[in-house]
Amino acid sequence: MHGVDATVARDALDVRALREDFPILRRVVDGKPLIYLDNAATSQKPRAVIDALVRYYEEYNANIHRGVHTLGQQATDAYEQVREKVARFIHAPDPAGVVFTRNTTEAINIVASAWGRRYIREGDEILVSEMEHHSNLVPWQLLARDVGARIRAIPVTAEGTLDLSSVETLLSPRTRLVAVVHVSNVLGTINPVRRLADLAHRQGALILVDGAQSVPHLPVDVQEVGCDFIAFSSHKMLGPTGVGVLYASPSLLEQMDVYQGGGSMIRQVTLDHSTWAPVPTRFEAGTPSIADAIALGAAIDYLGGLGMANVRAHEIDLTRYALGALGSIPEVRLYGPADPLARGGVISFNFADVHPHDVGTVLDSEGIAIRAGHHCCQPLMRRLGAAATVRASFYVYNTHKEVDALVRALARVKELFGVGVRCALP
Amino acid sequence: MSALDALYREIILDHYKSPRNRGRIDDPTIATQGNNPLCGDEIEVSLLIDQGRVADVRFQGVGCSISQASASMMTDSVKGKSIAEVLGLIQAFKDMMSAAAEPDPDTLGELEALAGVRQYPVRVKCASLAWTTLLEALDLLARAPSNA
Repeated sequence: MHGVDATVARDALDVRALREDFPILRRVVDGKPLIYLDNAATSQKPRAVIDALVRYYEEYNANIHRGVHTLGQQATDAYEQVREKVARFIHAPDPAGVVFTRNTTEAINIVASAWGRRYIREGDEILVSEMEHHSNLVPWQLLARDVGARIRAIPVTAEGTLDLSSVETLLSPRTRLVAVVHVSNVLGTINPVRRLADLAHRQGALILVDGAQSVPHLPVDVQEVGCDFIAFSSHKMLGPTGVGVLYASPSLLEQMDVYQGGGSMIRQVTLDHSTWAPVPTRFEAGTPSIADAIALGAAIDYLGGLGMANVRAHEIDLTRYALGALGSIPEVRLYGPADPLARGGVISFNFADVHPHDVGTVLDSEGIAIRAGHHCCQPLMRRLGAAATVRASFYVYNTHKEVDALVRALARVKELFGVGVRCALP
Repeated sequence: MSALDALYREIILDHYKSPRNRGRIDDPTIATQGNNPLCGDEIEVSLLIDQGRVADVRFQGVGCSISQASASMMTDSVKGKSIAEVLGLIQAFKDMMSAAAEPDPDTLGELEALAGVRQYPVRVKCASLAWTTLLEALDLLARAPSNA
């Protein structure tokens, strides 16, 4: 890329055209056009997704898997088709392994509860990493507390990668599960999940991959990754909130206990006993978020139309540009790998000693939405020695110009707070 | 004045950059910690009470400019006051933050500069942290009067 003007670098996506698909990008905040750089928290939605929600409610709103009427059949068909779309999207061999959940967090909790309570015993170990989101840490803590298991953690290196040299010593015959994030929501680091899966399997352990930041942003092939469980959320991949996915092979799902009891998840019920529906319905008690699941299908179609390889190429280009631009500001301290190929489109940084919340407020006054805080990763924050960071995260509609606006807004931060302000420490 | 300029008034930035009464009293009458788990702000307020008055007050901790400036301004404004006066000031500050009443310049003095925080609901907690911690200290003290 040296010698090439980054602003004219070839882009895999026609961003100018696709921005027209996102109604919210016309919004004005504080008199300034919205610059949405908080995609790791949640993504914006294209018109096609919003239309899918409206169409369901206006044309065929009905409960699924019950009733004999036309609308009920249409809703059921639409819902089940998305299961197939999800399976194709992550290259899963069998749609029967796709469980619809509320979100990534619930997907992980299902594994902790329905698999973990059956197979993890006193003295067993669960291997996580120091860069886990609380959603891939706290469920394991609750399980470990109740069954007497132990949590161990793969350390994070100074470069913000997993210390792989420690993994072989951390894994032992007592390890039952490796639960690890695919792409860090703070550092952007892409973890070598295939290698971790191989190491886990060699010890007879299973592996759960938190795909909340990977499935929306890069081509993910669950067979290539070799994971036993993967969890992700619709709302981070252009879909609505309220629906997420747990994928595991149907035979593994069958070995698990049930999760919540109620309607849909049963086969036969007597007053004192019940038998269970086949997987994956067994894990979908009660009326699910039907409209949201159907609209997730529209999001998958949209991403499929762009091509996940193109989405990834676009984000590499933006990340490279942003790392260069932010890295040239003396007050900026960047976290995570320097190589844009080794990370997703998530950039955490701090600006001198200015608290991230102050940076966030100043950026907001320029119409720029970023996240400031601990990003639900308190152990990682302690490892980084930062109470909080500023995080800019990209998606398909972000542009070099928006990165330029971020850089300009940081100059405003410097103007307000001055440089080298004393750190607020005792 | 833009909302941003109203938030980051010069006096607030001055207290942030040069905090007053920073540290911990060696042998305090009472010291209380407070934190805001949402943003990780932490504070400790230590008080020396002598004959029902705040003889000395200090704070330490980490946080954003608003939480640090508010703590610094608080220590300035309560030093030398009676506990009853401090409780009145805490109430006046809370009322200002919740917009329950127009800020009373006679009671609040330079604290009125923090009124701009009301335009940023997520930052009200930052501004209030030192004050709720101070109130907790005074509550503890009231329940253990022998310490005063």
